[in-house]
Amino acid sequence: MKKSAFISSLFATGILLTGCGNTNEKVVEEKNTTEQTVELSKELEEYKSFAIDQMDQFVTETEKFVVAVKAGEIEKAKEIYPNARMYFERSEPIAESFGDLDPRIDARLADLKDEGKTEAEWTGYHKIEYGLWVENTTEGYENTADQLLKDAKELRARVETVDVTPDLMITGAVDLLNEVSTSKISGEEEIFSHTDLYDFKANIEGAEKIFIILKDRIKEKDANLVGELEQKFKNINSLLAKYEDGNGVYVSYEELTNEDTKTLSEAVNQLGEPLSQMGIIME
Amino acid sequence: MNTKQSDNLLKNKMNRRQMLKLTGAGTAGVLIGATGFGSVANSFGYSIVDDNMTATEKVPFYGSHQSGIVTNVQKHIYFASLNVIVTSKEELKDLFEMWTPLAVRMMNGEEIAEPTTNSYVAAQDTGEAVGLSASNLTITFGVGPTLFEKSKLGLGHLKPTELEALPHFPKDQLDESYSSGDLCIQACADDPQVAFHAVRNLIRSASGKVILKWTQAGFNSIPVEKNKKQTPRNLFAFKDGTGNPNVNDTKEMNDVVWVQSNESVPWMTGGTYLVARRIQMHLETWDRTALGEQEATFGRHRDSGAPIGKTGEFEDMELARKDSSGNPIIPTTSHVHLAKLVDDRILRRSFSYSSGMDPKTGVFDAGLLFISFQKHPKQFINIQNSLGRIDKLNEYITHRGSATFACFPGIQKGSFVGESLFKA
Repeated sequence: MKKSAFISSLFATGILLTGCGNTNEKVVEEKNTTEQTVELSKELEEYKSFAIDQMDQFVTETEKFVVAVKAGEIEKAKEIYPNARMYFERSEPIAESFGDLDPRIDARLADLKDEGKTEAEWTGYHKIEYGLWVENTTEGYENTADQLLKDAKELRARVETVDVTPDLMITGAVDLLNEVSTSKISGEEEIFSHTDLYDFKANIEGAEKIFIILKDRIKEKDANLVGELEQKFKNINSLLAKYEDGNGVYVSYEELTNEDTKTLSEAVNQLGEPLSQMGIIME
Repeated sequence: MNTKQSDNLLKNKMNRRQMLKLTGAGTAGVLIGATGFGSVANSFGYSIVDDNMTATEKVPFYGSHQSGIVTNVQKHIYFASLNVIVTSKEELKDLFEMWTPLAVRMMNGEEIAEPTTNSYVAAQDTGEAVGLSASNLTITFGVGPTLFEKSKLGLGHLKPTELEALPHFPKDQLDESYSSGDLCIQACADDPQVAFHAVRNLIRSASGKVILKWTQAGFNSIPVEKNKKQTPRNLFAFKDGTGNPNVNDTKEMNDVVWVQSNESVPWMTGGTYLVARRIQMHLETWDRTALGEQEATFGRHRDSGAPIGKTGEFEDMELARKDSSGNPIIPTTSHVHLAKLVDDRILRRSFSYSSGMDPKTGVFDAGLLFISFQKHPKQFINIQNSLGRIDKLNEYITHRGSATFACFPGIQKGSFVGESLFKA
């Protein structure tokens, strides 16, 4: 406690907080310089390759999905659906950077209504989800399927052009968790198929990938933070594993009790707090 | 975190800006080290923050008793009951050590940590209290009976025998989602956002260590007449707290509220027991009840707060008074009459609440977050048992939540919340 006596008295009297009018400006300047000088090109490159790889597989799986839909193979399409989407969900920080493509591929009916659009303008995965799970048909969804594949390919092509910044990675990791907290944990993402746990898992994997890429840089600043994040990822992953059969098949969201979703939600929030501190690598 | 690390942290925290200047950010970053929450916590956890008595609307944190008990009642409360998920006594102790300086800072009207200059990280303080005064914020900590049942924490032998879940009372309709808890944080302030901010930041800083069990916000409106604060009214419009013991009378407080040495386990000396009851008040049925019947239910006049048949709020009840036909003037089934039958006294510090509506019935979910402090929970239990089945008020209220907590004694500068328990 002895070492803190001085600092405490500073806090208590507010000197440290108020007495730095001049220094503050300098700090801001230095911070800007810092942002430019933190060398992360290797990490940014690595993340971009990850995203491209995910997008490659997203296109491949979407193609299989589209073929099944057009062939009227309902069960097969249902099987591919959640797995194909995981590639998209893992790299959502990148996909999201295309404001037009993301909704074309991933819009929910509720999103359209919020934006004042009509059902006629609805495209993408969730529209076919509705056909498969609610109408139990693929008929009439052929054009939607074709358009989905076209959009997926366009997304893949445009990923090449994305300027991956530290902010995209750092903020993206937290955003992935926020996605889980706001729409997956409530079952609102996959309202017809109830395959929310696949998206949940993929979002966590996407955030974990960013953490793994940045891990050594974080360790240089705060080894404890690395340990804490590893433990929290482990915690959420082992919770999710309870709902998986060992072959990548997750239980329906409808089978989760309030107690289940509460436990999962708390684990996500406990991961989100330390995750929001990854930005220390920019100091 | 080992001592060396925390040592470095503190040193570097202090010199952070100079460091940046002197060495360039790359190396400084290494030295600055942790800004993660656990780490912020640790870096402050080992520091001592003093009460800043020059802050406006400031209640002292340090003292022989915790704040928020005999403190003049504030206008707002945010009460949180928590369950702990840490699995060792050491981690729990660290949590309270970490919380202590954060509580002092917030009671000084300060943020929990100095603002960050790194725009890539989430800010440590959530910020909604910036620009607001300390607003007479008090933060009161307690531990519930279930904490001592967690064998991994190894605290079982320190449990005071009187710290138990309250017995079932007639007409209780308890809902587990408003009951019990391993720990409690009672934040009271004259500003609702300041009270909420306090709990929010304590919970956030303890991410991964505690989870919310239940929470309740509440309010009191305190009329002022000739510069003197009057007794607040509950949502039934009756004054609540008239019969309270005098918080400025040390002897009375020692008799009623503060555990004296040898009255409980040693670590509770100077502490007190908090009883919390979430009592739904059926406003719709109450509002259509005739005024005379309402007054007979409480045993007091509504507007003046005086005992029935009298004019002054603080006049003696004189329960024995009879009307011309020989019936008691204060009905024997009235709330006040029954409460006065027992000798036990408690310090009530309740707040009204209004939490939306009951989706099943479409009525207000509103009522009283009843809170009382007493040196032994039996004081409350005896009174509640006296009210029993016959209290006329029962018709208009339903007890939905219940919890008891042992509130630690006061904290001395250099010590931390709950030290007497953890060093016992």
